[in-house]
Amino acid sequence: MADLTTTLGPLTLPNPVLTASGCAAAGRELHQFFDVARLGAVVTKSIMTRPRSGRATPRMAETPSGMLNSIGLQGPGIDSFLEHDLAWLAEHGARTVVSIAGGHTDEYVELARRLRGHPAVSMIEVNISCPNVESRGQVFACDAIASSRVIGAVRRAADPGQPVFAKLSPDVTDITLIARACADAGADGLSLINTLLGMAIDTDTMRPVLGGVTGGLSGPAIRPVAVRCVWQVRQALPHLPILGMGGIRSGLDALQFILAGASAVSVGTAVFGDPLAPVRVLAELDAELDARGFGSLADAVGFAHRDVAALV
Amino acid sequence: MSNPVKETAEIFSVQKVGAYYQFTVVAPGIAAGFAPGHFVAVAVGGENTSMILRRAFALLGATPSGQFAGTIQFVVAEHGAGTRWITQRRAGDTLDIVGPLGTPFPLPSAPSPAVLVGGGYGTAPLLPLAAGLIEAGSAVEFLLGAATSSRLYGELAAKRLAGSVTVTTDDGSAGEKGLVTEALPAAIERIGAEVVYACGPMGMLRAVGDISRAHAIRAQVAVEESMACGIGVCMTCVLPVRGDDGRSRFVRSCVDGPVFDADRVRWADVGTLPPDLLGADAMGLH
Ligand SMILES: Cc1cc2nc3c(=O)[nH]c(=O)nc-3n(C[C@H](O)[C@H](O)[C@H](O)COP(=O)(O)OP(=O)(O)OC[C@H]3O[C@@H](n4cnc5c(N)ncnc54)[C@H](O)[C@@H]3O)c2cc1C
Ligand SMILES: Cc1cc2nc3c(=O)[nH]c(=O)nc-3n(C[C@H](O)[C@H](O)[C@H](O)COP(=O)(O)O)c2cc1C
Ligand code: FES
Repeated sequence: MADLTTTLGPLTLPNPVLTASGCAAAGRELHQFFDVARLGAVVTKSIMTRPRSGRATPRMAETPSGMLNSIGLQGPGIDSFLEHDLAWLAEHGARTVVSIAGGHTDEYVELARRLRGHPAVSMIEVNISCPNVESRGQVFACDAIASSRVIGAVRRAADPGQPVFAKLSPDVTDITLIARACADAGADGLSLINTLLGMAIDTDTMRPVLGGVTGGLSGPAIRPVAVRCVWQVRQALPHLPILGMGGIRSGLDALQFILAGASAVSVGTAVFGDPLAPVRVLAELDAELDARGFGSLADAVGFAHRDVAALV
Repeated sequence: MSNPVKETAEIFSVQKVGAYYQFTVVAPGIAAGFAPGHFVAVAVGGENTSMILRRAFALLGATPSGQFAGTIQFVVAEHGAGTRWITQRRAGDTLDIVGPLGTPFPLPSAPSPAVLVGGGYGTAPLLPLAAGLIEAGSAVEFLLGAATSSRLYGELAAKRLAGSVTVTTDDGSAGEKGLVTEALPAAIERIGAEVVYACGPMGMLRAVGDISRAHAIRAQVAVEESMACGIGVCMTCVLPVRGDDGRSRFVRSCVDGPVFDADRVRWADVGTLPPDLLGADAMGLH
């Protein structure tokens, strides 16, 4: 049994396996399969200021070793979230990472304020893969200046005791530039990665499959992209903690992210195939660390970077 | 919630029934929680498959006790790669199954004559429902329809349960030629039905809803929407549904359904984003 304790900036978690935003709702449904308090933390579906319907169906398409989704951030809005979801998570002893999303910097700021002082909130994950209303819909996470503006504003507005992580999109030329901009703006760490933009066409109807036309690609198909992003950001910003995700479905998959430099991981799409995936991944990761002689998870974080400076 | 569990279920038997495959598998945890209308989600493709999502099937029945105790049954139509993988499994193989899932058919509080309308394999969940209704003293009449005779399911079982069964096929290869819903008004009047239950393609369910409303009775229908998770965490499976408060919302068909009061579903708006839907105004640029 390796010591699985991990830290994400100022936050200490008993183990490094979390859910991924949008893949576990607010924990309640998964609690039928395992005690959500056993997780490092529950990461909630991105919440917005107001209730949101999300997009028209169809909202998903299975793709080779992955899936596309175009949910469009359906959710109840912050009031209902605080009253029902966060209260439930607190009652069940689950550490909670609240994911927030918006179309204006002001919306993110409002959300961060509403979460201030809430004891159940362990951390805020800022989903910046959203169209920026003030910039003709360009996604915040694809623009270093817009990213840094949102992250800086959230960091200032949020409870100083709640770490703020920026969740980045892989759909950029150089993810380390966005990562650095977020770090300079005060991010306590980074969540890597969100889905990749993808599309599928139905060859019978000869139209796009998804109601939203394009959608986010997730699952094992994106894992190499995600590991690469974690690797590059770790090299560029070795002291910034990383929450890694993208296609993790086994302990070995999780270990790749840890070795690349993630201090913790989120299990997303794998939950749809196996509702017990997060706790299974945790047990498998524990065994794989033992098998490699790691006395603690912390020793394995970034381990694959040793001596590579000479290689590249 | 339906208290679902995940089980590694040994296949007890696979029977070919017309164009379908009827599976009986040993899954005591799922059998224990079964009610008509529940479905299961079956993993396909084996370990490390590229098909990462489960496939949903309505439960045909469960035997929690007695002979064949702890078994569940479902019916599989070959559709694409996933269902083909399932139909290639044999007795003794195992399936990874999560269930029971969904909200089952609501039952009348007092005996009420009911018409049950099944389209293709959609008859499967109606058979255990009929057994329950009959046991509770309700008169039951079956209408079964399909595109063609090999796509009919459950005619014999329905006859055994309810006596008379009306069959229709689109091509006239069995029963009356035509749509199953064409026989519905007469069936409702014949038994003085107070409720209609249905499972089948969306178009059929919508028509069942319309006809039932015209007769001022309720229709409880089981829908089929694309589902990524089946357990309520992903929001892929939603339908526009009118709530008790009159507001419409996108509602998860995997946990709040698959059975809905047909009158609450906004059939004409399925696949669109109606502007009056709760939260549609917040969509903006997204
Ligand atoms: C609640 C519910 C109950 C169902 N009950 C039955 C049943 O009793 N018997 C039966 O034969 N089939 C049933 N289906 C349909 C069955 O789930 C699909 O035929 C099956 O998922 C197709 O998988 P595939 O890999 O063969 O097809 P593909 O088309 O290759 O599948 C690709 C993807 O699309 C999804 N998909 C394709 N068709 C459907 C569909 N009609 N409904 C939902 N998802 C779909 C698949 O799950 C998969 O993720 C039910 C579906 C739902 C939602
Ligand atoms: C159905 C679905 C919904 C998602 N919703 C969100 C969301 O609301 N906010 C967010 O930051 N990421 C969301 N994601 C992205 C995941 O959190 C994760 O970053 C991505 O899917 C990669 O991990 P995975 O391959 O393990 O799923 C969603 C992913 C899926 C599949
Ligand atoms: S299928 Fe995931 S919420 Fe219904």
